[in-house]
Amino acid sequence: MSDILEVRGLTKRFGGLAAVSEVDFSVRQGGITGLIGPNGAGKTTIFNLITGVYKVTSGTVTFEGKDITDTEPYLVADIGITRTFQNIRLFKNLTVFDNVLTACHASAGYNLADSFFRLPRFRREEKALREKTLELLTILGLEDRKDAIANGLPYGLQRRLEITRALALDPRLLLLDEPAAGMNPDETEQLMRLIGDIRNRFKLSVLVIEHHMDLVMRLCEHIVVLNFGQKLADGLPDAIRGDKRVIEAYLGGGDE
Amino acid sequence: MSSYLEGIIMLSGINLIAVLGLSLLTGFAGLFSFGHAGFMAIGAYAAAFCTTTLHLPFLVGIAVGAAMAAGSSWLIGRATLKLKGDYFCIATLGFGEAIRLILDNFQALGGARGWPGIPPATTIWNILILDVIGVILLANIVRSRHGRNMIAVREEELAAQVAGINTFKYKMMALIISAAYAGVAGGLLAHYMTFIQPKMFSMTKSTELTIIVIFGGLGSISGSVLGAFVLTFLPELLRAVDKWRLVVYGLAVIGIMIGRPRGLMGGFELTPSSMRKYVADIKSARSAKAAQKAEDATLGKDGL
Repeated sequence: MSDILEVRGLTKRFGGLAAVSEVDFSVRQGGITGLIGPNGAGKTTIFNLITGVYKVTSGTVTFEGKDITDTEPYLVADIGITRTFQNIRLFKNLTVFDNVLTACHASAGYNLADSFFRLPRFRREEKALREKTLELLTILGLEDRKDAIANGLPYGLQRRLEITRALALDPRLLLLDEPAAGMNPDETEQLMRLIGDIRNRFKLSVLVIEHHMDLVMRLCEHIVVLNFGQKLADGLPDAIRGDKRVIEAYLGGGDE
Repeated sequence: MSSYLEGIIMLSGINLIAVLGLSLLTGFAGLFSFGHAGFMAIGAYAAAFCTTTLHLPFLVGIAVGAAMAAGSSWLIGRATLKLKGDYFCIATLGFGEAIRLILDNFQALGGARGWPGIPPATTIWNILILDVIGVILLANIVRSRHGRNMIAVREEELAAQVAGINTFKYKMMALIISAAYAGVAGGLLAHYMTFIQPKMFSMTKSTELTIIVIFGGLGSISGSVLGAFVLTFLPELLRAVDKWRLVVYGLAVIGIMIGRPRGLMGGFELTPSSMRKYVADIKSARSAKAAQKAEDATLGKDGL
């Protein structure tokens, strides 16, 4: 298996504080990789560096062999990386359908004049966008909620909608930032199955930040552990589970 | 129709065009502007220059006015659209006032004394036709991927960015379109009044436009239409109370904002399909009530 994403020597300093320093890791093509570590270890910062929300201090991010370090966030989405946020960021006042339809925009190529005058190209492509949106909502099981306002959805479904919106851009790498945060065990179980399903169906690679150890250990094929902005360990779930340094730093030294 | 009433309708129609543009910028892309009178001024002076000095046809003048306003908005946008929220708003305020002061001191265009003798080419019909075209084009843009991307910028800028939306580009697009609308309104105003003066395009005018958009309801085109007519007519109807006019006007605006904080239409759009849905809702509520009544009646019988 080759690597779809490669991070080398990634460093981010905020003033004197190194939030991330000299981190190397990679995400396998078609794999689910977990990024774990205690609070403040720099996990979300790494997401922000990959997606161009923050500027990199030093180091490189390579996606499918191309250097994408410090690419504008909207271009990162075009290249094929989309993400969700730890604190859900939906288009709150729009319907579920419109949230996904908006994100489908990259699949259409009609221009401003086509929009102004409703030219045939507009009608044709707009119809395709609507079909695509409905199809995605059906796959993710949100079709019966399509006319609901995003803000009014239960928490679990809001997360699901955010994932749907990320999928609408046809990504090849999906970054999930604590998708199970605030979910009960039942919802977490569902979510795990969902992540596995979409990986297979959409032929994606997934990089997931998660705190639920249970979820990470069962879902991920490869795990990267961070602590204080540095990489502590990197390997298969079983190896991570047995790694002394990881247990000390993250699991608190007690037995599991 | 009395010429007085016709005059107010024409003013409403002219205001409406500027308001439609501002509605796109503020209601859909979420950017507040207190300088749109500046774009109107550019449109008015450019159109007047075309028809009066260059003797070009009226519609060419209007088109040139719109293009000039759009062009200047592009320059302003490049300099200020990277600013966040309130800072952009203040920059537009400065722009509007700068345009007014430049015109005040530019003697070739009449300076502060104004510019008389513009041909009275604006009629109620060309205003109403442009109003209809303006509404249709705006509705088309709002319900396209371009419009949706602008709404996404308003709703959640960071999420819009990671969803592949170039937020700068879509803000710029909204600004340029809204400036072009304001330019058309300015051109029409110049050829309606036959006299223009920098004072007509002061911050008061910009504020009035923004008030109309908010009053009508952010993100509602029909709200903007309603707002433009109501708030242009209101001061005229209040002529009876003379100097208390503006006080009553202000109170009316405050009253509406307290009663309907999301504006007159508040995100609701008056379209054939929304009307049908509304009627259907009422009907289904009524038939549900009737069914309930019938059920109660049979239950009552069983009970006996």
